[in-house]
Amino acid sequence: MDQTTGLITQLAEQHGRTRDKLLPILQGVVEQENYLSDETMIKIARELDLPAAEVFGTASFYSFLEYKKMGKYVIRVCKTITCAMKGKNQILLTIEDMLKIGVGETTNDKKFTLLQTNCLGWCHKAPAMLINDEVYTELTPERVREILSEYIKK
Amino acid sequence: MAVQYNLKRADFIFRNENDWEKILSRTLQRDKQELINELISSELKGRGGAGFPTGLKWKLTSEAKADQKYVICNADEGEPGTFKDREILTKVPFKVLTAMGICAHITGATKGYIYLRGEYKFLRPDLEKAIKEFEYYCNEIDFDFSIEIFLGSGAYICGEETALMESMEGYRGEPRNKPPFPTNEGFMGKPTVINNVETLAHAFTIFKHGAKKFYDLGVQFSRGTKLFSVSGDTPKPGIYELELGMSLQDFVDEFGDGDTKAVQVGGASGFLVPRKRFGETSIGYKGKLTGISLPTGGSMMLFNSTRSMFNVLDNYLEFFREESCGQCTPCRVGCQQLLIGIKAVKQGQKPASYLDKLLKLTETMQLTAKCGLGQSVANSFSSIVENFREEMIY
Repeated sequence: MDQTTGLITQLAEQHGRTRDKLLPILQGVVEQENYLSDETMIKIARELDLPAAEVFGTASFYSFLEYKKMGKYVIRVCKTITCAMKGKNQILLTIEDMLKIGVGETTNDKKFTLLQTNCLGWCHKAPAMLINDEVYTELTPERVREILSEYIKK
Repeated sequence: MAVQYNLKRADFIFRNENDWEKILSRTLQRDKQELINELISSELKGRGGAGFPTGLKWKLTSEAKADQKYVICNADEGEPGTFKDREILTKVPFKVLTAMGICAHITGATKGYIYLRGEYKFLRPDLEKAIKEFEYYCNEIDFDFSIEIFLGSGAYICGEETALMESMEGYRGEPRNKPPFPTNEGFMGKPTVINNVETLAHAFTIFKHGAKKFYDLGVQFSRGTKLFSVSGDTPKPGIYELELGMSLQDFVDEFGDGDTKAVQVGGASGFLVPRKRFGETSIGYKGKLTGISLPTGGSMMLFNSTRSMFNVLDNYLEFFREESCGQCTPCRVGCQQLLIGIKAVKQGQKPASYLDKLLKLTETMQLTAKCGLGQSVANSFSSIVENFREEMIY
């Protein structure tokens, strides 16, 4: 049994195998593997006795359930109005310059993926971004460089 | 016309919650009907933005007959410019949990859920600790109620109550047709009370201090206080608790940077009010006191004269285009076409009169979209295009 199958079985044991447990199971896989591959979704479908299309249909609805391969650290820069007003573009440029990737791309070493996202709820401390589940607010290009340098060292 | 009500600060929500055990055990001993009447007489309305009377919601669910009922706390705070619910759950989680408990007692529910947006996942460990402590106490006083956190995964539309329930049941977050309403057929088809985080925190205040204390604050049709999330061009962004019914002019005098050109009340799905209307606009629920009264989930975004209203609208429309669930055509296609349309006008590919066609399209969306998302795009679109038409063209 490979690692993903083991993980899915474990999540199904933990949460249960009914339809209302689908989202927690999908989230559990994304937490470990950062994305849902086609094979993973088929395996989940089998485990829960659902059509694979239903699993894909649900997964593809939610922007945090990625179904394309992601880097180890997913950077989500908020692009909604207040962050856009408070210098989101400079933050993006800084990240693009440091990691040499554009929005939607992953670094060659598969460590970082850069994405934009809608309102993170930190408008009073804009601009803001998420790196996986970690929140960073009141960003400046300098601060972004510091933060990313830490992640690059990890 | 001048509005008579001045900006009044209040401090209820974030005031200490150390007495939650006392409030819970005391309230659980009271008669259910009496509690419902107390909540109804406070005139508390839903603080998520829609403003449905909370007491009525609880009453309807308590009257529904079923073997299982649920209480859900809606913490899928996604409206641009809103960030108050996170603060409540961080600082005074026991108020929310206690109110959920009281609601369960009244309605006959034994199971509660907190639907927490994925963006706030970092809150989960602390919140789980609070729930554990809460459940421990419930057990001690022989009160059968448990709460579970359900994590969202990044979808604005899941803040809509029926979409949220679809999501909890493991489906795409697509809103349902109403009726039936959740009070009769909600989560898993069972009667469900679903309230915003702040609404529950206010319910705690009401059961602690009595309905009158709450009712005496605010103005007619808009009783009590409200948390406002203030952001944008302001020297003091943050969260403020204010009495409802204040004039927007007072608000701008307090929070503006001296050059405020417009205020977006109620987030991207709310209304943009230009400077010339500040004096005649008050903040509250429907029921016109003086001039226009605008409802709000508490999002107040200020724009100064350096901001292009075209860019603001462009940003909103991109937001709606991405967050539309795609289920109904007016919203799915409408949001796309509005975005394409304003860009075409701006670039001169379409004449200025095309804006009027787009305004008609938003009217159609308002009438025909299935849920609040598609219906409310018209709010910001028409209030921006009508007030800042020249900025849309040149």
